[in-house]
Amino acid sequence: MILLLQYMLIFASVLLLVALGGCFSEHSGVINIGLEGIMVMGALGGALMMKFLPDSTSAFVMIVLVVLAAVLLGMLYSLLLAVAAVNFKADQTLVGTAMNLLGTAAATVFVKAMNTAENVDNVSSTIQYINAKKAFIVNLGGFEFNWFMLLALLALIGSYVSLYKTRFGLRLMACGEHPQAADSVGINVYKMRYAGVLISGMLGGLGGIVYITAGVSEWKFENGVAGFGFLALAVMIFGQWKPTRIALAALLFGFCRALGNVYTGFDFLKSLELPAAVYNMLPYIISLVVLAFTSQKSRAPKAEGIPYDKGQR
Amino acid sequence: MKKEKSPLLRNGAVQSLLASLLCILIGLLLGYIALLLINPAGAGEAILTIVKNFMTYSRTTAQLKYLGSTLVKTAPLLMCSLSILFAYKVGLFNIGAAGQYVVGAGACLYCALGLHLPWYLCLMAAVLAGALLGAVSGVLKACCNVNEVISCIMLNWISLYSVNTLLTKVKEETSPYTYTLSSTSPEAILPSLGLGGLFSKNQYVTIAVPLSVIAAVLVWVLLEKTKLGYELKATGCNKFAAKYCGMREKKNLILTMAIAGALAGMGAAMLFLTGFEQWQCTQSAVPAMGFNGIAAAFLGGLSPIGSIFSSYFIQHITNGGAYVDKTMYSAQISDFISALIIYLCGFVLFFKVALNRWLNRRDEKKGGGGK
Repeated sequence: MILLLQYMLIFASVLLLVALGGCFSEHSGVINIGLEGIMVMGALGGALMMKFLPDSTSAFVMIVLVVLAAVLLGMLYSLLLAVAAVNFKADQTLVGTAMNLLGTAAATVFVKAMNTAENVDNVSSTIQYINAKKAFIVNLGGFEFNWFMLLALLALIGSYVSLYKTRFGLRLMACGEHPQAADSVGINVYKMRYAGVLISGMLGGLGGIVYITAGVSEWKFENGVAGFGFLALAVMIFGQWKPTRIALAALLFGFCRALGNVYTGFDFLKSLELPAAVYNMLPYIISLVVLAFTSQKSRAPKAEGIPYDKGQR
Repeated sequence: MKKEKSPLLRNGAVQSLLASLLCILIGLLLGYIALLLINPAGAGEAILTIVKNFMTYSRTTAQLKYLGSTLVKTAPLLMCSLSILFAYKVGLFNIGAAGQYVVGAGACLYCALGLHLPWYLCLMAAVLAGALLGAVSGVLKACCNVNEVISCIMLNWISLYSVNTLLTKVKEETSPYTYTLSSTSPEAILPSLGLGGLFSKNQYVTIAVPLSVIAAVLVWVLLEKTKLGYELKATGCNKFAAKYCGMREKKNLILTMAIAGALAGMGAAMLFLTGFEQWQCTQSAVPAMGFNGIAAAFLGGLSPIGSIFSSYFIQHITNGGAYVDKTMYSAQISDFISALIIYLCGFVLFFKVALNRWLNRRDEKKGGGGK
């Protein structure tokens, strides 16, 4: 039971972080399908930091540096989307898809090159961080509390406040609803969209490192992040682009995902003899069904996906 | 007024070709730079290996054989790119080609290995499964206003997990792979009609290769020369205008996605029914074929005929990646290059606009000087 709760909270943290990232990007008017790629890049940054920091580093410094590395690499990578979508008016779905493929490919090429350089026989794309990972975990009587859970909660509060209670957030959302109107009152739409995408890079990168440290202590970068970026997109839509609802959706989806991992521990579920795939599919099926019923009055930002052109009326 | 012949650079097709070539060049260049960063010693050789692919073999028979292998995988890629292109022409982004490909693979392999049906029935099953999955996205879009990109992404993962579960029933006991076609049900292998003989007895070269080219031509005819194609495109341009003109816009949307799905599903059958690959029942990521199809479709300038060439090119460098010196580089470098190329395709529109602006300015200058 505790294991279920632990998995649920950590998966929910990942989904929450990444979905909030997507939420910022979409509120500024840029669809970010490339979250999956951003997560891979963030994971790579964090994993490298963990690999190269000496084991004697104190837990606090370790956490700060790893988070910084993940966030920075995620933001840097999201610039690819920002430049293409904001300055060059590229098709955002196309660019996002490319970023997903590029993220996994680039990370694999990089890690393999690094591993081979260390040892000629090592052609795997795996990074290990068994010892470094311990810094994130505090054992509370069987329940492994992970500092990232707290970070996710902070991100939620931060997003809620900055989106609804600050000038920046309200302006950001204006750019996703009606950029022409926003521009007419002196808001720089291009800057706002850059900000939205960069924040999504930041949170996406953070989500990436949380994901690869959840449960395992090594990661094979050939696998990317196994669709978690897409799942986060589903969480975002399920949460109707609102931070509080996104948090609830993340908990629900995290629960489904955790069930897939630990269902064998429950006699009742085990007796159903459903394959694990069913639990993995469950979040997608639920969101598809809910989408079918709610999309008629969808609260998606109105101008998302449409490149902003100053000259256009 | 005298009708002037427009200069070559104004021609849309020429512009698309130029833009695609530019994408390829920049993609290869960036790939080369990445190789240089990893290990400067063999970078030049490695990029040449990737571009050469099967031509690294010195004997003609070996060259032909591996050209055949490249073609075997080009056929499904071409089908996926056709699927994406077809939907894109109707204003839909079919990111679900990957999922439709997966269910196609699941359907044809189960029919072949589980039910021991002949190849044409397996092929039909794959087409139907793909079409069905496509139609689901279409119905959700038409009736419930669900964005097709989102529903396709969900369906991709749902189909991956379902197909993994289904094919576990026909997998080898000791490995995560499905039975081989040749050992379990040879009647399901696509007929070769002597085509294999042309490629140094490469038994995997089957009717799939010419079939995919025929499909490309058919898609072109359907889109450009028929009433149905015109209606579909009109619906894509403006759903409401199409409805106003008496077209059944909902039916058109669903039909488009079904056709796109059928194309992708058929692509899967064209690969898995040759016996070239087995399905791995534990795979945790949707196969990249559908996503590479996006690359091929855009690189081909969104034209069915163009995508024949671009699909071949993408597969060519992907296969070429397998030949790089593994002590220095990894095969994924070609995935890296093709992902870069897709990314660059996003800039094609901008490139065309800039080119036209430049041409206009040049013409203006000429006109001013003549006065």
